[in-house]
Amino acid sequence: MGMTITEKILAGHSGRDKVVPGENVWVNVDVLMTHDVTGPGTISIFRKEFGDDAKIWDKDKVVVIPDHYIFTEDQHAKRNVVFLRDFVKQQQIDNFYDVGTPDYKGVCHVALPEEGYTRPGEVLFGTDSHTCTAGAFGEFATGIGNTDAAFILGTGKLWVKVPQTMRFVFDGRMPDYLMAKDLILRIIGDIGVDGASYAAMEFAGDAVHNLNIEERMTLCNMVIEAGGKNGVISPDEETMRYVKARSDKPFNAVQNDPDARFAFEKKYDASKLAPLVAKPHSPENVDTAENLSGVKVDRVYIGSCTGGKLTDFKAAAKILNGRKTVVDTFIVPATTDVTRGLQETKIDGKSLYRIFEEAGCRIGHASCGACLGGPEDTFGRLNGEEVCISTTNRNFPGRMGSKKSQVYLASPLTAAATALNGTITDPRKYLA
Amino acid sequence: MSQTIITGKVYVAGDNIDTDQIIPAKHLVYNTHSPEERKLYGQFAMSGVPEEKSGLPKGGIKFVKDGEFESEFSIIVGGKNFGCGSSREHAPLALQVAGVKVVVAQTYARIFYRNSVDGGFVMPLESVDNVFKHFSTGDQVEIDLNSNKITNTTTGKSFALRPLGDAADIINAGGLFAYARKIGMIKSKIPPAGQKAEANV
Ligand code: SF4
Repeated sequence: MGMTITEKILAGHSGRDKVVPGENVWVNVDVLMTHDVTGPGTISIFRKEFGDDAKIWDKDKVVVIPDHYIFTEDQHAKRNVVFLRDFVKQQQIDNFYDVGTPDYKGVCHVALPEEGYTRPGEVLFGTDSHTCTAGAFGEFATGIGNTDAAFILGTGKLWVKVPQTMRFVFDGRMPDYLMAKDLILRIIGDIGVDGASYAAMEFAGDAVHNLNIEERMTLCNMVIEAGGKNGVISPDEETMRYVKARSDKPFNAVQNDPDARFAFEKKYDASKLAPLVAKPHSPENVDTAENLSGVKVDRVYIGSCTGGKLTDFKAAAKILNGRKTVVDTFIVPATTDVTRGLQETKIDGKSLYRIFEEAGCRIGHASCGACLGGPEDTFGRLNGEEVCISTTNRNFPGRMGSKKSQVYLASPLTAAATALNGTITDPRKYLA
Repeated sequence: MSQTIITGKVYVAGDNIDTDQIIPAKHLVYNTHSPEERKLYGQFAMSGVPEEKSGLPKGGIKFVKDGEFESEFSIIVGGKNFGCGSSREHAPLALQVAGVKVVVAQTYARIFYRNSVDGGFVMPLESVDNVFKHFSTGDQVEIDLNSNKITNTTTGKSFALRPLGDAADIINAGGLFAYARKIGMIKSKIPPAGQKAEANV
């Protein structure tokens, strides 16, 4: 019996010829990422367990990306970054993207690929649940807690239970009013927020391989919203082109064996799907934008690792170009590269930045912003009873700030169309 | 785990309790290793649960009373997918600091389960059925790890728990580091300040 991509990577990294789902193995880690919220706790555990002067296992395999609580006056939050700086200096870690320097990047899951840390066939752990985003590159990537990360810092290894793989195939031509966000919301709506617990979710089919890398990242990003352990897309030419332009480290891309076993398979016809929205307070509360049309919102938020990439803003700009928003609309680029992209990318000779400004949007600094609420002075944070439509990945109670607020999740196209009406709007209305 | 009978007062939560409810993001800034600041994680544990759902079935019950750092509830009974959402280890840590010993739920989100076990914070037990509706916040509860049973002492009803399975070794050792030392993967003891432990990998 053959192995899936996930099984092959875990076998290769644990020195075995073969692994089967359910087995526990110790894997060697290629990259460990941490950020300002979970980094300090990880470092404290590392120091306690290995000693204040202990050296980490491999300074070139550790990447430190402050991104969560960046543009805030909160003193505790600022202290976290100071903590990271001390550790990075002590350990002589070069892969550090410090705030207030030209190296600053923004949201870790988008920064990792941009900076060349994601490669097919590798094992990536990060102290953030959306580390699964990097499965888009055909690698094993998943989120862990501080104790596990501190263990890796000292040993370069971690135990993993080999997950079974669930396969989601999208065939057919994807219409221009759909985005990866609609595909993943369809899946979560169908299988529920625990439908893929402990499993790997593989995305396959023509419609998936026709997506660009950023859209594939959106699919894998929300695997955790279905309870999945990792997402994976088999590496193809698009993957190689993207990765090789950013990394010169050799890697070993793997594919499913022809007789690989999947625990589950579901097929979709991408040409038949509709723009979707997840209602408060769960990503599985999925309905079509059309059915929800007329629901009033008083804020639109376009940003985060899910919906704050250049592809997302190009889509939003297509709809907002030459039109005016009627509700507060916040634009938060994931990274500084994306911010630059807003200036450099043009539609009809106008930069995306100008399109958003002219539409009356407010544009923030690259960071996690209000995606997870954060300190009270965070740009775009929901501080009261706002109803918001957002391109982020979670709409749990209080996720974007106030417990009294309500969040609808949607694609950048749907969010932008909604911004023009103040009520949930199917983007087809503006794409005729 | 030497203790095989665990008793306490129960706090009842429903399905899909996510980590933002267990400890809201704005509180993630306190230093987990400073005794003074660590207490704050106890103070704000479960503070993100919406008012009407706080302490089922009635709601409106504070997990930790205003101005206090520990909860009167040492056992939490939840439903499906407990601990879903972010990877924040602050979630099981906050429960531990608030005085929680055991969480019982039908299923867990993977990262929360792992963090609870590897960090040695709280014992995550799985109930065979989704049983939270058979408990009211404040009921007295007894958990028997020998017979894998949870009993609502207030009503006299018992429910089956799943055996710990392959997490038992790490739970019994007291967490991942203790386990790794036990099996010789990390050679030395926790080092005194200023010294280095040797990893044997
Ligand atoms: S943008 Fe949101 S989901 Fe992504 S890493 Fe930041 S807080 Fe997490």
